[in-house]
Amino acid sequence: MGLSTNEPLLEVDDLYVEFHTRDGVATVLNGVSYSVGAGETLAVLGESGSGKSVTANTVMGILPMPPGRITKGAIRYRGEELLTAADERRRELRGENIAMIFQDALSALNPVYTIGFQIGEQLRTRRGMSKKDAEKRAVELLDQVGIPGAKQRVRSHPHEFSGGMRQRAMIAMSLALDPDVLIADEPTTALDVTVQAQIMDLLKDIQVERNMGLILITHDLGVVAEVADRIAVMYAGRIVENADVHALYANPCHPYTRALLESIPRLDSKGTQLRAIKGLPPNLTNIPSGCPFHPRCPMAVDRCRAVDPPLEALPGGRSSACLFAEELVRP
Amino acid sequence: MGRYVLRRLLQLVPVFLGTTFLIYVLVWAIPGDPFAGKCGDRPCPDAYIAEMRDKFNLDDNIFSQYLQYLGNLLTGDFGETFSGLQVGELIADAYPTTIRLALLALLIEAVIGLAAGIYTGLRGGGFLDNLVLVSTLFLIAVPVFVTGFLVQTFLGLRWGIISPTVSSAAPWSQLVAPAFVLASLSMAYVARLTRTSIAENRRADYVRTAVAKGLSPRRVLGVHLLRNSAIPVVTFLGTDLGALMGGAIVTEGIFNIRGVGGLVFGAIVTKEGVTVTGVVVLLVIVYLLMNLLVDVLYAVLDPRIRLD
Amino acid sequence: MTDPQAVATANAATPLVDAGAPGAPTTLDKPRSLASDAWHDLRRRPLFIVSAVLITALLVIAAFPQLFTSVDPSVGDLSKARDAPSPDAIFGYDALGRDVFARAIYGARVSIVVGVLATALTILIGGSLGLVAGFYGGRADSVLSRFADIFFGLPFVLGAIVILSTFRDVVGGDPVGITSIVIVSMAALGWPVTMRIMRSAAIAARNQDYVRAARGLGASPMRLIVRHMLPNCAAPVLVYATIALGAYIGAEATLSYLGIGLRDPVVSWGVMISEAQTSLRVAPTLLVFPGAFLVVTVLAFVMLGDAVRDAFDPKGR
Repeated sequence: MGLSTNEPLLEVDDLYVEFHTRDGVATVLNGVSYSVGAGETLAVLGESGSGKSVTANTVMGILPMPPGRITKGAIRYRGEELLTAADERRRELRGENIAMIFQDALSALNPVYTIGFQIGEQLRTRRGMSKKDAEKRAVELLDQVGIPGAKQRVRSHPHEFSGGMRQRAMIAMSLALDPDVLIADEPTTALDVTVQAQIMDLLKDIQVERNMGLILITHDLGVVAEVADRIAVMYAGRIVENADVHALYANPCHPYTRALLESIPRLDSKGTQLRAIKGLPPNLTNIPSGCPFHPRCPMAVDRCRAVDPPLEALPGGRSSACLFAEELVRP
Repeated sequence: MGRYVLRRLLQLVPVFLGTTFLIYVLVWAIPGDPFAGKCGDRPCPDAYIAEMRDKFNLDDNIFSQYLQYLGNLLTGDFGETFSGLQVGELIADAYPTTIRLALLALLIEAVIGLAAGIYTGLRGGGFLDNLVLVSTLFLIAVPVFVTGFLVQTFLGLRWGIISPTVSSAAPWSQLVAPAFVLASLSMAYVARLTRTSIAENRRADYVRTAVAKGLSPRRVLGVHLLRNSAIPVVTFLGTDLGALMGGAIVTEGIFNIRGVGGLVFGAIVTKEGVTVTGVVVLLVIVYLLMNLLVDVLYAVLDPRIRLD
Repeated sequence: MTDPQAVATANAATPLVDAGAPGAPTTLDKPRSLASDAWHDLRRRPLFIVSAVLITALLVIAAFPQLFTSVDPSVGDLSKARDAPSPDAIFGYDALGRDVFARAIYGARVSIVVGVLATALTILIGGSLGLVAGFYGGRADSVLSRFADIFFGLPFVLGAIVILSTFRDVVGGDPVGITSIVIVSMAALGWPVTMRIMRSAAIAARNQDYVRAARGLGASPMRLIVRHMLPNCAAPVLVYATIALGAYIGAEATLSYLGIGLRDPVVSWGVMISEAQTSLRVAPTLLVFPGAFLVVTVLAFVMLGDAVRDAFDPKGR
């Protein structure tokens, strides 16, 4: 689909976040920028520790502020500055404009209340709906996300659902107030492969139907391909590549993205060794100098140790943070 | 639910039989002269002994004795003391006082413990938190009889704020200080338990979700956090009521409260086996029933617990 | 009162070790086991340091009372009865003219030994029964649990009073007998708690994959229990044991105070407090000194138990 022509719904602009831990100060986000528009799906891809969830939590405003600290940057929703906004205003936006779903639906849902209650409470407290109306709406939402027997299920508790159904219920809950932006933090990681595909389809359908902006956070390249319009690859708190999905898969312009794609086992590579990325992700209290990926990069030269490559725009509406980016781009 | 309760009640029976049999054996079957000291300085006349032995079935073997006792119990007959007093009446006189003391103690420990626990669980760290931690440590470490003694001596004898002993009518106002003493240990536990529960649940995923949904902080706290955090505390309070009644013996002794604790202690000293057995049996039943109640309560509070 | 039953109910709700989970590395260096992680954590906590120092001091007093006093605690000089503290006897003399300080020092040994033995016995009985019940499950578990319930149903103080008064005459004036019966009755009432703790830890461990794997490899039940399950079930029991030690010391004092625990010729802090009852108006110090020792000791163990539990709690990181 290429670049969205709308005004971005949500913009993260050069965000820097630190964590003060017992072992020192960890620079968790080191200048992260991305945006998503209406009807667009942005996948944020990265390993654990890359900062993808921290960014999302900062957008939502649910990052615990000690030990976390935002040291620089801005976040804008429809042009409105969020980081300087009042706490009350940020709270207003949550659920209503920007909603989030999480990885483990079992722990993310309150075990002692019914699904209907948890979906309905937003409608009751923020839309002034009556209990009956709220329950009716909850049943509708459960129906929309494909939960059979919604009328009975609305009275069930989270632990009575299967994993996939629970995730659907959580999605239904996030849609209750009709938000424009949905952030899905690893929504399928805890699920079976077949269920993963179903949930991904559901998210795509919802996004198209409501013309929402969807930010999909994941570490799983396979999940992303069908659903995303753009992919932002994160490493050590930075965006290292940002491109249209087709362009990225066809021609990755960063050694890390390359290595990720090459590490996916393929059915036709029987008998060959699996190609893992050597080394470990960096310790965030002690990030390597220069390009953070250089200790593990097959293309690294001396200059990589000294210079931290900025995210540079490349032809074709994509960008990459590598000194060799231009060579990697093939026409 | 009904089936579960029924099943538990049935399970209760062997436990009840086992405990009461144990007590019975300890009181009656151990060698020793049950009549020592009953007749003043001289040994009792044979006729008296024969009559007593017959009355209390002491010539039968222990099992048969026990079964006869059990049979009497089921008709509500707790037996008689050696001096002919109805044990059932003695208990009926003394028990309400103990119940009132225990209820008051439960109220005190719940209110203070919950308040302290919720406040420190939410704030975490800081002066008040440390104060609560240290004071609960002391309350746990100091034996009840020391606390009771201190309260009685200072608040009662020295400063006259409370009456040092409780009259036999045991009005509520006089029971307050003893209830505090009785509750002191549990109060510390409630505070700590609440604090831990709240501190843990604060970081739970569902709380994060509630915040992410944009709910007001009041709602996140009151509806989501408290409801989950309360579960272990409420169940503790439930079991504690039974424990308070059984453990009031020291407090009753210090403040001279005419409850079952004092009754049973006096009976042990004077070797009134029937009274001892009667009181302990009653307390055991209460304790077992309270446990059952708490388990049911737990299932009501936490839908994840399936009773089947 | 601080009895082992109450201590357990309160601590039970704080989830302890995730049976079998090794400690996560705090940095990306070599991973540490839960035990060494706990030790590192413990070393830093002031609670642990203070209590450890106190307990070491008490253990020294208990082991070598001669270092602290040369006076015989059982010898009484009636002419000195209830004398106030003086340079000769820094705690004064009790109602029978015995040196209070000496009695407190020797009492430390008895109080601590009784606590330690009662705890050890409790863990032994409760621990083994709990492991068996948790490991085998089914009928064995039902029977053992019902058996534990029978003892559990007896309130601690009440049950102890009944047992002790029953055997009081049988034991007579023999110090070993007097002490043993107190230890045995406390353990007899306290073991169900350790049994339950061990049982739930065992049930959790039994379902872990490493136990299943060992079973699949043909390990005998004995080996499974001792080699695989025991190390992982030990933590919650150990935490409880530390706190229970304090509770038992306090319980012994309470029973002695009531007059049915330890008594003459045995000296313990509880005995001293009990004896001080009659002289309260005249010589309150007779109660204050052993009382202070008692409170400090129980406090030290409870603090230690607290510190140990926090250190073992993987969530506290």
